[in-house]
Amino acid sequence: MLFIQGITDFIQMIAKYYPYFLKGTGNTLLLSFLATLLGFAIGMMLALFRINSSKNFLLKLMRMLSGVYIEIIRGTPLLVQLLLIFSSFKDMSRYTAGVIALSLNSAAYVAEIVRAGIQSVDRGQTEAARSLGMSSLMTYQEIILPQAIKNILPALGNEFIVLIKETAIVSMVGIADLMYSAGIVQSKTYQPIPPLMMAMIIYLILTLTLSKGMKTAERRLHRGDVR
Amino acid sequence: MLDSAMKNQTNQAAGMSYPEKGEVLLSVRNLQKHFGKLHVLRGVSEEIRKGEVVFVIGPSGSGKSTFLRCLNLLEKPESGSIVFEGNELLADDINLDKHRQKIGMVFQHFNLFPHKTVLENITLAPIKLLGLSAAEAEDRADKLLEQIGLTEKKHAYPNTLSGGQKQRIAIARALAMQPDVMLFDEPTSALDPEMVGDVLKLMQELANDGMTMVIVSHEMGFAKNAADRVLFMDEGVIIESGTPAEVFDNPKEERTKNFLSKVL
Repeated sequence: MLFIQGITDFIQMIAKYYPYFLKGTGNTLLLSFLATLLGFAIGMMLALFRINSSKNFLLKLMRMLSGVYIEIIRGTPLLVQLLLIFSSFKDMSRYTAGVIALSLNSAAYVAEIVRAGIQSVDRGQTEAARSLGMSSLMTYQEIILPQAIKNILPALGNEFIVLIKETAIVSMVGIADLMYSAGIVQSKTYQPIPPLMMAMIIYLILTLTLSKGMKTAERRLHRGDVR
Repeated sequence: MLDSAMKNQTNQAAGMSYPEKGEVLLSVRNLQKHFGKLHVLRGVSEEIRKGEVVFVIGPSGSGKSTFLRCLNLLEKPESGSIVFEGNELLADDINLDKHRQKIGMVFQHFNLFPHKTVLENITLAPIKLLGLSAAEAEDRADKLLEQIGLTEKKHAYPNTLSGGQKQRIAIARALAMQPDVMLFDEPTSALDPEMVGDVLKLMQELANDGMTMVIVSHEMGFAKNAADRVLFMDEGVIIESGTPAEVFDNPKEERTKNFLSKVL
């Protein structure tokens, strides 16, 4: 009886406050999407800087700097990074600051994943491509990166899922994401648990959808592996 | 029929029929190479002439693979000179990629591109580097696949092939660039014994058609039959060089005799 009462209350809560959750989910999605995209692009660049073995002074410097960057980001809490960026740039909109903090954070993790992926591709692949006369750039584009991405897709998918969950932290600086909306509904209903349950369900739907999408992508990329 | 198809191919490659052996294609002077403290090449000098089939033999660690890999600069020697078709490959301002297109290479472990089909493996470089249209490149690939007898594997992925098939595809991939010289780095060492014959037969056909070939191999029997010249290397230098008859039947140097007594 009590259980049914709970379910009914829950449904009523959603019926009344769903616009908050909708808006929050939209913002969470947008943030995750932008941060994933930017984080991947920056992470890719960091990875390439990190593995370049050039003797060129500038590239050597970039190799060192990207290494230091990755260590700092991975070695400090996202919350601290977020608050630091948020407080340092007062003129910036909080959304921009949120996207930047999340992207910069994710980039460090993506960089390590991509680096491992590139190094997992057999050296013979590079040698075969170069011996045919391909430039080093073309070798990366055509031979190394497609294989590396395939190898790292599970790890990359995992990182994207982590990122969706981590976006919840931006509610700390007043960005109206899903977590923030749950907070509003909490204070309106004086009920702490149901809004959190709702947020949880929505996060779960988002991450499950993404992980299903990644599985499909993996399957398609592994078509060449049939024995 | 197989031979004539291949002859056509190689004639196209040169834009005319191959000149007689004699013209120097690759000239190497005093190559020096270290791996850390290890002195792998201690002044190797050699000339490879057009149409020549040169075997490089020697004990493991003698530097023969390194020597071969220096010829297209997969390994960069510290000093010396490598002149290919009149161009110094060790010059700073050289467009190495351009010259590598003319130097085909076949590896011990095939190194086919696993994410591409057999057809794509063969056509990728001709399309991207020689500017062939997809249709022209496919045409070229079809002819090569017919020569190596693997037409039915055109749309297969490399992982579905046997070692011998992979190596023949790898040779076709190199040939698709219509190179002036082919380098073979122990092409049969990773193959099951029953696969070796197919690859050697293909190499023999290439040799018959006048392709310039430099081959690092342990297939002494094949070297005796196919080689114009045999180089014996040990400890980073070429100890002895001559026709198969000279080197195999009448070795002059003690180290050559010693090595041959172990492998023959």
